[in-house]
Amino acid sequence: MALIDTINPLLTTGWAKGDAGWSLKDYEARGGYKQLRRVLESKMSQDDLIAEVKKSVLRGRGGAGFPTGLKWSFMPKAAPVKYVVCNTDEGEPGTFKDRDLMRFDPHSVIEGMIIAGYAVGAKAGYNYIHGEIFETYERFEEALDQARAAGYLGDNILGSGFSFDLFAHHGWGAYICGEETGLLESIEGKKGQPRFKPPFPANFGLYGKPTTINNTETFAAIPFILGMGGEAYLNLGKPNNGGTKLFSVSGHVNRPGNFEVPMGTPFSKLLEMAGGMRGGRKLKAVIPGGSSAPVLPGDVIMDCTMDYDSIAKAGSMLGSGAVIVMDETVCMVKALERLSYFYYEESCGQCTPCREGSGWLYRVVHRIEHGEGRPEDLDLLNRVTDNMMGKTICALADAAAFPVRSFIKHFQSEFEYHIENKKCLVDPEVQRMGSGFFKAGAA
Amino acid sequence: MVEIEIDGKTLQVEDGSTVIEAAHKLGTYIPHFCYHKKLSIAANCRMCLVQVEKAPKPMPACATIVTNGMKVFTHSDLAVKAQKAVMEFLLINHPLDCPICDQGGECQLQDLAVGYGESASKYEEEKRVVPDKDLGPLVSTDMTRCINCTRCIRFTAEIAGFMELGQSYRGERAEVMPFIGKTVDTELSGNIIDLCPVGALTSKPFRFAARTWELSRRKSVSPHDALGSNLIVQTKHDKVLRVLPLENDEINECWLSDKERFSYQGLSSSDRLTKPMVKQGGEWKEVDWNVALDYAAHALRDVAKTHGGAAIGGLLSPHSTVEELYLAQKLLRGLGSENVDFRLRQSDFSADGKRAGIPSLGMKIADISGLDRVLVVGSFLRKDHPLIAQRLRQSAKKGAQVSILHSANDDLLINLTARAIAAPSQLPALLAQVVKAVCALKGASADAALSALAVSAEAQAIAQSLASGSNTGVLLGNFAQQHPQAATLQALAGQLAKALGGKFGFLGEAANSVGGYAAKAVPGAGGLNAAAMIKDPRQAYVVLGAEPELDCADGAQALAALQKSAVTVVLTPFKSQAMLDYAAVLLPVAPFAETSGTFVNTEGRVQSFYAAAKSLGDARPAWKVLRVLGNLLALNGFEFNSSEDVRSEALGSQTEFVSGLDNGLSLGALNLSASAAGIERVTDVPIHFADALVRRAPALQRAADSAAPTARMNAAMLSRLGLAAGDLVKVGAGGTANASLVAQLDAGLPDGVVRVAAAHAATVALGPMSAVLSVEKA
Repeated sequence: MALIDTINPLLTTGWAKGDAGWSLKDYEARGGYKQLRRVLESKMSQDDLIAEVKKSVLRGRGGAGFPTGLKWSFMPKAAPVKYVVCNTDEGEPGTFKDRDLMRFDPHSVIEGMIIAGYAVGAKAGYNYIHGEIFETYERFEEALDQARAAGYLGDNILGSGFSFDLFAHHGWGAYICGEETGLLESIEGKKGQPRFKPPFPANFGLYGKPTTINNTETFAAIPFILGMGGEAYLNLGKPNNGGTKLFSVSGHVNRPGNFEVPMGTPFSKLLEMAGGMRGGRKLKAVIPGGSSAPVLPGDVIMDCTMDYDSIAKAGSMLGSGAVIVMDETVCMVKALERLSYFYYEESCGQCTPCREGSGWLYRVVHRIEHGEGRPEDLDLLNRVTDNMMGKTICALADAAAFPVRSFIKHFQSEFEYHIENKKCLVDPEVQRMGSGFFKAGAA
Repeated sequence: MVEIEIDGKTLQVEDGSTVIEAAHKLGTYIPHFCYHKKLSIAANCRMCLVQVEKAPKPMPACATIVTNGMKVFTHSDLAVKAQKAVMEFLLINHPLDCPICDQGGECQLQDLAVGYGESASKYEEEKRVVPDKDLGPLVSTDMTRCINCTRCIRFTAEIAGFMELGQSYRGERAEVMPFIGKTVDTELSGNIIDLCPVGALTSKPFRFAARTWELSRRKSVSPHDALGSNLIVQTKHDKVLRVLPLENDEINECWLSDKERFSYQGLSSSDRLTKPMVKQGGEWKEVDWNVALDYAAHALRDVAKTHGGAAIGGLLSPHSTVEELYLAQKLLRGLGSENVDFRLRQSDFSADGKRAGIPSLGMKIADISGLDRVLVVGSFLRKDHPLIAQRLRQSAKKGAQVSILHSANDDLLINLTARAIAAPSQLPALLAQVVKAVCALKGASADAALSALAVSAEAQAIAQSLASGSNTGVLLGNFAQQHPQAATLQALAGQLAKALGGKFGFLGEAANSVGGYAAKAVPGAGGLNAAAMIKDPRQAYVVLGAEPELDCADGAQALAALQKSAVTVVLTPFKSQAMLDYAAVLLPVAPFAETSGTFVNTEGRVQSFYAAAKSLGDARPAWKVLRVLGNLLALNGFEFNSSEDVRSEALGSQTEFVSGLDNGLSLGALNLSASAAGIERVTDVPIHFADALVRRAPALQRAADSAAPTARMNAAMLSRLGLAAGDLVKVGAGGTANASLVAQLDAGLPDGVVRVAAAHAATVALGPMSAVLSVEKA
């Protein structure tokens, strides 16, 4: 099943035919590779191209929201060997947008990457694809073959003199390989561990060469931006939050799935598109940007619009756009236990605070959930997160700490109840009712 | 230069320096674990977090590059809070088993925990347990203590040259381990013990032997190769229990080879001779010193009187101290003999009398690191000179071009620029080709003897590399010095260095390869050198510290000569069956660490040391034994009260470097003809067989580098001889001399050679190190 609903379909225009619409001829039929052709035939200057992307205020769709045009402009002009890398290591719990993007419209990513290669002067690119979505990797390889056969990849593309080739590389499922420098290490055949920065990838990236790394959705947006113009793209969204964005809505909604909406769309609208709360139950909390983003209570998120600035103002992050919706049947302690286990499992083990702290957090939350909490545990958790945040090479320690802090901050009484009464505030029977959703056909 | 401020103190540091380097310059200590000045930056332990003005988060001092005007606070609230946080994390899964941990008392984690840790842990969950690993006979593991700083991993990859350790698994389950089923076999493995900031990697031989605070410490000097590594010898109750590197950037930096680190175990060998012994009526008897010394003095005097002084030969180990060598030669000369030599494995002495001075490295050891083009001639470099190989490995990484010209192609773990590998007899011609090609490239005129030579592609490649440099060095290794045309190789190396405007010299084989010359332990006019005095057997021998059957170029001939002698006086720390067979008197002398003395290392540096422990049993320092022998023989000039007195007489007032070093040689016309016909022997002296002490160090003898000798050949040789690797073969050297060895494939060997190690009982019978051998299936 492909797309469910959009406002202003852009990235998802090609999804309508589901698995039947991904191939090159379908992509070309809907105007694909036209922008690449235009860029090459008009011999657009690299500076103009980057300026256009800057104008769109396209911000990185992987989670950090860094302006894409600015990132491209950091690439040293004179370097003889440069790379473009696409991060399809979509590992953030709750996120499943890049998977569908690669499944239903892989050529938009390929076109975006070729144009990016042109813009930064790279002759080769890699797409690092999450190892647990192997079908997607295989489809991407097929799409690459098609693009190569059609002359969009390889030497002297479309007779322009510009050469660029693109390679798919699949990982094995480590979350940390989604961190851009961990990803580079992994492509190089090493253990996926983030590098200390600086130097940043724009100076010392893949194989030590200047490298631009963007998210899949970011690359996919490029042809559309060039098609409509940077300004028009920006105006789709709101100032400083250009364009449309894919949101992966999961949890206790009637129609979970991917939704493309303009930046700045009210959360309430997104919830409505996802069919509203399942069973008409009350919204309890939402993690708006993937599991690393701080949780927001239902009433807070209902006042937010879905864009970087609004969510940040509310105290969380838009992140990768993974909206995890939780209703009143959820025990927040149990939910946090799951999240903490994830970070404990996925820490790469390099930096002391993360390696040791992520396990400590999980064990304490696990104890509380299992009726062995102690009154001092909440202070302890806050102190441990304090000691982890901002003290490591990459942001995984922060990602492990944010859920803990925000869950305790917003749902302290639930944690206290758990510790005191050695059981959930939310009746187990109610919890079972909530999880009934996951049974086929239930609604 | 940039100006920065650390804790209010301003200083200038070089561009590109890190904050921790700048702080160290100021004498400000920043706590750290993963940082090590000789290793790459990992920035993973996070202990060195400091506050940097304008940075929102604490920054790792080890990885943060200074910028002009940067203000760093190492003790601010933010910094200390971060450091204490990291310490707490480090300790939650650390076993805190300090009372039973060998690292206790010298543990970086323990030390820093005093400053940055709490008195009690708030961690009350289950602690991690990590399975131990088998890293071989030298390094013991307690991996539960590991804090994953990855220093050991980086050491194997960066310093030792091959990544034998890595980190497997993720997060809290991350483990440092070797490749599955493998051990850590580098000749530098012991350094990971020093590098480990906790008790995860400790010394297997030292394990549980003593607490660090019970040990007495003495500075000393390594008695093995001629690098002269500086040591700290640690003893308890007059027994050496551990040897550690004493940092000296000019020599060994902060490293030691395993041989230097673990050979002390040989001091406790059951072979130690603890009482003087004399053979009476074919029976060995333990006797008092005065009896033994009288016996020895009388026997030597009798031979000298009856047959003349020249009937006595002195075979002196190059691992002896300057004082010992000096007194031994003085004694022999006092008896009227000029037959004295310490160059036991040398076979070509044609340079004697033609040298301009004492042969040495020809530069400082530290200068090696500055060479931009290097040619190593005839050397099993990694095993013969592990720390010089290490220096060249680092140079090559920084862009220096290193090439080798040799008869084997062992992996030096150095990124080599060019290599020329040929049978031993071809080496002089091959080196001559390099000389000729360099002369052509430099527009210099080459030696007339080279005019007919055709330059091979390999020689040309080496020449091109050398000629493109501005600071070149040619280093002659042990194999070149033991080569039957060693003098020719030296002359050619000299010509090459001259054409390049570079330096050349010898990588000394033994602790006193230079000191032996300075101590005059070489034959004088009319005297016989080491090879000649065993080829032409003497009536009597004085053997000092050597086991001639293993330490001489032709062990079989040495053994035969000694067995034929009327009197052999052996001054030795160890007894062996061979000695009991050929000797008349065994005088127990103190080995390394039990005597004071001096080694002059390969660069000519004079390094004296005190005894670290009392001599075992009745053993006495050899310089005292020789002094008394001199007195008993009523020789003049043996009135010494201390080893310092001996050194003063031997070396004069030269305190830092000996004078008279000069690699110049006037050899006359070069002879490049190759005479070998048949299967040539390529002989290495394996690292752990090289001297009497290391041969008796049990842990080292279990290491991978101590494998029994085999008959190594390339694939073409094996197939031509109808052999397969693993076959038992009979290796013969003519007559009845032969050895049964296992055939082994060594793809790096040139055709027409068989490589058989020396200095091992299994191959003594084969005789000379350079020879033509027969090989057939057994």
